[in-house]
Amino acid sequence: MIHISDPETPRLPPRTPHRPLLKLFFGDVLSAALTALALVAVFMLLPGLNWVTLDANWAVADPDLCRQGGACWAFIRAKLNLILFGLYPPSEQWRAGLVIVIILAMILVSLWPRVWGGRLLLVWAGAVAAMLILMRGGMLGLAPVPTSKWGGLPVTLMLATLSLGLAFPLAVLLALGRRGRLPIARAVCVTLIELVRGLPLVGLLFVAAILLPLLLPPDWTVDKLGRTLAALTIFAAAYLAEVIRGGLQGLDTGQTEAAEALGIPYWKTIWHIVLPQAIQNVIPPLTNTAIVMVKNTSLVLIVGVFDMLSAARSAATDPAWPAPYAESYLFVALIYFAICFGISAYSAHLERGVRARRHS
Amino acid sequence: MTQAIRLQEVDKFYGTFQALHGVDLEVSTGERVVICGPSGSGKSTLIRCINQLEEHDGGRIEVRGVKLGDDLRNLDAVRREAGMVFQHFNLFPHVTVLENCVMPQVLSRGTKRKAAEDTARGYLDRVRILEQADKFPGQLSGGQQQRVVIARALCMEPKIMLFDEPTSALDPEMISEVLDVMVDLAGTAMTMVVVTHEMGFARRVADRVVYMEAGAAVETGTPDQIFGTPRDERTRRFLSKVMAG
Ligand SMILES: Nc1ncnc2c1ncn2[C@@H]1O[C@H](COP(=O)(O)OP(=O)(O)OP(=O)(O)O)[C@@H](O)[C@H]1O
Ligand SMILES: [Mg+2]
Repeated sequence: MIHISDPETPRLPPRTPHRPLLKLFFGDVLSAALTALALVAVFMLLPGLNWVTLDANWAVADPDLCRQGGACWAFIRAKLNLILFGLYPPSEQWRAGLVIVIILAMILVSLWPRVWGGRLLLVWAGAVAAMLILMRGGMLGLAPVPTSKWGGLPVTLMLATLSLGLAFPLAVLLALGRRGRLPIARAVCVTLIELVRGLPLVGLLFVAAILLPLLLPPDWTVDKLGRTLAALTIFAAAYLAEVIRGGLQGLDTGQTEAAEALGIPYWKTIWHIVLPQAIQNVIPPLTNTAIVMVKNTSLVLIVGVFDMLSAARSAATDPAWPAPYAESYLFVALIYFAICFGISAYSAHLERGVRARRHS
Repeated sequence: MTQAIRLQEVDKFYGTFQALHGVDLEVSTGERVVICGPSGSGKSTLIRCINQLEEHDGGRIEVRGVKLGDDLRNLDAVRREAGMVFQHFNLFPHVTVLENCVMPQVLSRGTKRKAAEDTARGYLDRVRILEQADKFPGQLSGGQQQRVVIARALCMEPKIMLFDEPTSALDPEMISEVLDVMVDLAGTAMTMVVVTHEMGFARRVADRVVYMEAGAAVETGTPDQIFGTPRDERTRRFLSKVMAG
């Protein structure tokens, strides 16, 4: 038989044959075993699932009847404001709510690569100022609220965004310094990175929140929330610096040579040519660090900062309710998961863009 | 004729290894010089010293009358006058072809975006690749990429163009599209220094060919003289090998 192939027809990869479902699940011994195992697991988890959904009480007025047979979601309903806003005065909670809206809106806008640049940074600076004024009050006719009364989701979101946002430029400087030719700068960067990475975050938070005020002169009063933010920022910066350094190492020296030969000044080369590529090289580990840092903000409860997790915990201690810790933690976990999954999905989207531009 | 480039007794060391041994070379304005020689003979080192991607350790280099080495301001001036084309392209992969040509103008000269874009489109058209302006470098063939590199360098309006083996990383069928662009360029009285083993190109456009070996300029002459009747034994040996291969 003579087979004539037409050179114009592009060759398609061989199609994966469509397998009947029964064969897919029970086709061979391994598949059958895995299927059986999965079914067992589903049935074992079923009571838990039922507890969370079908058997749950969504709207019971009486706290004592709430826990009968299922989860007590009515509790979350009743305590939502406490979990979301902590001890923030109830009459002013619209301000904390507005802060959540602003921060989420700013994040959504910033997801769009088109808007990245100096102007976006200015808008962010303005947004942060607006959020601080809203939370703090004491001007524009807003009642003052001390930071010790701040709490819940706005604190979690602000700590996460601000610590990552402030850590990033710091990390870039640390990474550049560590790779640079100036011996003193390099020594400083290496020491800082290794020192911070060698300490547990909890220790760093203790130093910032409790030790630092004892060491500094008494009239140097920096707010505890501010000190906590500083500790988170330095911690994130040390890790981000190493990630970025990895990205810098993966960069071809030809890139800086080309920029040099074109007469582009050093810092502009770093900003417009080196960093964008270095960052594109390390999107997965950057995402990883960002997600870890979002969850790390929950450790601030150790030094008495009232983030969302601490707020949920204290809500559950209300003796009027039947100790609904599981419900509180599940609810908070859901919010953390939504944030972290969002970061993950966004980074996957960015990476697809990078890949499409590199080859095809 | 004024001298575009003048090298006198130039030495270059990498650690203790001497890559250039007292090289002398003069290139007049508008002249086209081809440099050839075996691998490791110092061709790249020489051409990279001219725009100071490598600092020389001895001797004297002048580009358009400006002495290199002591004043850093001279360095910027020289780099703006000398465009460079690399063997491995070195386009910026994270931005489009057009942006590759616009960005350097904006960043190094402060050219307004609009003007820079017009210039970029002009030169992309001249290297016959304007229709690819919105693609990313990774989406182009090697020959297309190298033409973009030439356009990018030309956007800086250089007086001198340096080429370091511009076709040796290309598939054979793409070599001619790049050489055609270079021949075009030679027709515009551009001063060109080209490291290449493309003898056809050398015969067509070179005013002079320099043969290098072991960090020294062994022999200089017209293409006909170097390729036809090489005087130095080392040149003859190299050419017979290249012709055979
Ligand atoms: N950065 C460097 N450090 C140390 N040695 C180097 C460096 N760059 C080049 N050399 C050495 O200097 C010599 C000349 O190198 P150069 O790249 O100039 O040669 P070339 O003629 O361009 O060779 P090729 O045809 O392979 O490109 C070689 O022996 C090389 O090993
Ligand atoms: Mg070379």
